Amino acid sequence: MSAKPAGTVALVDYGAGNLRSVENALREVGAKVVVTHDPAEVRSADRVVVPGQGSMPECAEAMRRSGVADALLEAIRKGTPVLGICVGLQILFERGEEAGGARGLGVLPGTIARLPAGVKLPNIGWSPVRLVKRDAALFAPMDGQYVYFAHSYAAPADAPGAALLTTHGRDYCAALAKDNLFAVQFHPEKSQKVGLALLERFVSI
Amino acid sequence: MPAKRIIPCLDVKNGRVVKGINFQNLRDAGDPVEAAARYDAQGADEVTYLDIAATQENRGTLVDLVTRTAARVFAPLTVGGGVRSEDDFVTLLHAGADKVSVNSSAVKDPSLVDRLSRIAGAQALVVAIDVKRRPRGSGPQEWEVHVAGGSKPTGVEGLAWVREVADRGAGEILLTSMDRDGTQAGYDLELLEKVCASVTIPVIASGGVGTLEHLAEGLRFADAALAASIFHDGKHTVQEAKAYLRAKGIHVRP
Repeated sequence: MSAKPAGTVALVDYGAGNLRSVENALREVGAKVVVTHDPAEVRSADRVVVPGQGSMPECAEAMRRSGVADALLEAIRKGTPVLGICVGLQILFERGEEAGGARGLGVLPGTIARLPAGVKLPNIGWSPVRLVKRDAALFAPMDGQYVYFAHSYAAPADAPGAALLTTHGRDYCAALAKDNLFAVQFHPEKSQKVGLALLERFVSI
Repeated sequence: MPAKRIIPCLDVKNGRVVKGINFQNLRDAGDPVEAAARYDAQGADEVTYLDIAATQENRGTLVDLVTRTAARVFAPLTVGGGVRSEDDFVTLLHAGADKVSVNSSAVKDPSLVDRLSRIAGAQALVVAIDVKRRPRGSGPQEWEVHVAGGSKPTGVEGLAWVREVADRGAGEILLTSMDRDGTQAGYDLELLEKVCASVTIPVIASGGVGTLEHLAEGLRFADAALAASIFHDGKHTVQEAKAYLRAKGIHVRP
């Protein structure tokens, strides 16, 4: 496919349940993975992946406690390619509605809000995504493809860098690309070939 | 709206696939990892393992199986059977399960549902409910919850239990009709309709699929269809099932 992945990927370990699956998927596409909660390793990595499962408040808090939040912010600032997955997308925003309200890392403006009543929640299953940002090379090949979601909260459709949208009760941001910062609400590690191809593109940037 | 899901289910015992007819008459049917990889390649939307003989002694076998599966199968994996505690739940998630299902232990201590739901979010917790029709008197049809692989009646009324686990934080319900399980006579549609109307979380239909038409009937109500023998016997592939459902106008993933 694309160029051979080079350098290390720091997979941030702050207790998220799906860490192992993300690690498996990154290795499957040839990445050299370092699973770490050491801020120094996050700072020095060539790429950073932030997995996530559970509630945004708890994840954001766990990252702050371990000091890994600051290291992540520094990596983003200095241009390291970063990929947030699921709650790893949500914590990038300023606020979350979950569990009575929580402060995110504030890299991006806006609020992570619960999907509307009237649809099945959690949203669990495969939905097609549509491309709204033509120049987002990482996500452009995914236009119209199905990927696997498992969540109840989501970023707004007009989030900064929104590249892929999907719909469940309302339109929301399924993926965003802003300079070196990438994030997806779905689970590429569980989206079969489509998801693995995305991870392969990310580790080959 | 997500597509309706097709979920091949593998009953496992001591790390091997077994098949049950009404939860009995088991026979060996191979390596679960191979079977899961085959279904993944066919485009299954998820794979489910139910450990039907789960005991604390062979827990390590199940964890090892999940670990090996997650290294090869990049599709969602649900694992259940004998999950009794936060430790059991977290161990399976960390091994690579995306969702863990609980059954008997939740009936015994309903607060377990609240506690597990908080650990990794509702979307990681499936509550499996096995029900059997009660003899119908003059009142409405009722279903009784059974535990321990369907062997023990509990006196708990099925629809009330469905609502309770949804309120307590279950992310999905895996609903099995024991009257239909293993019969290949089709889902209990009356049960399915009532359960789907009672909750706003996704419902996975299980028990009784013998034909592709049965899948279509179940997915009129349920969000996902769990099936075993029609896939295990090689009667149909997942692709054939999806092509059939698509032709019936049901939204499935290509």
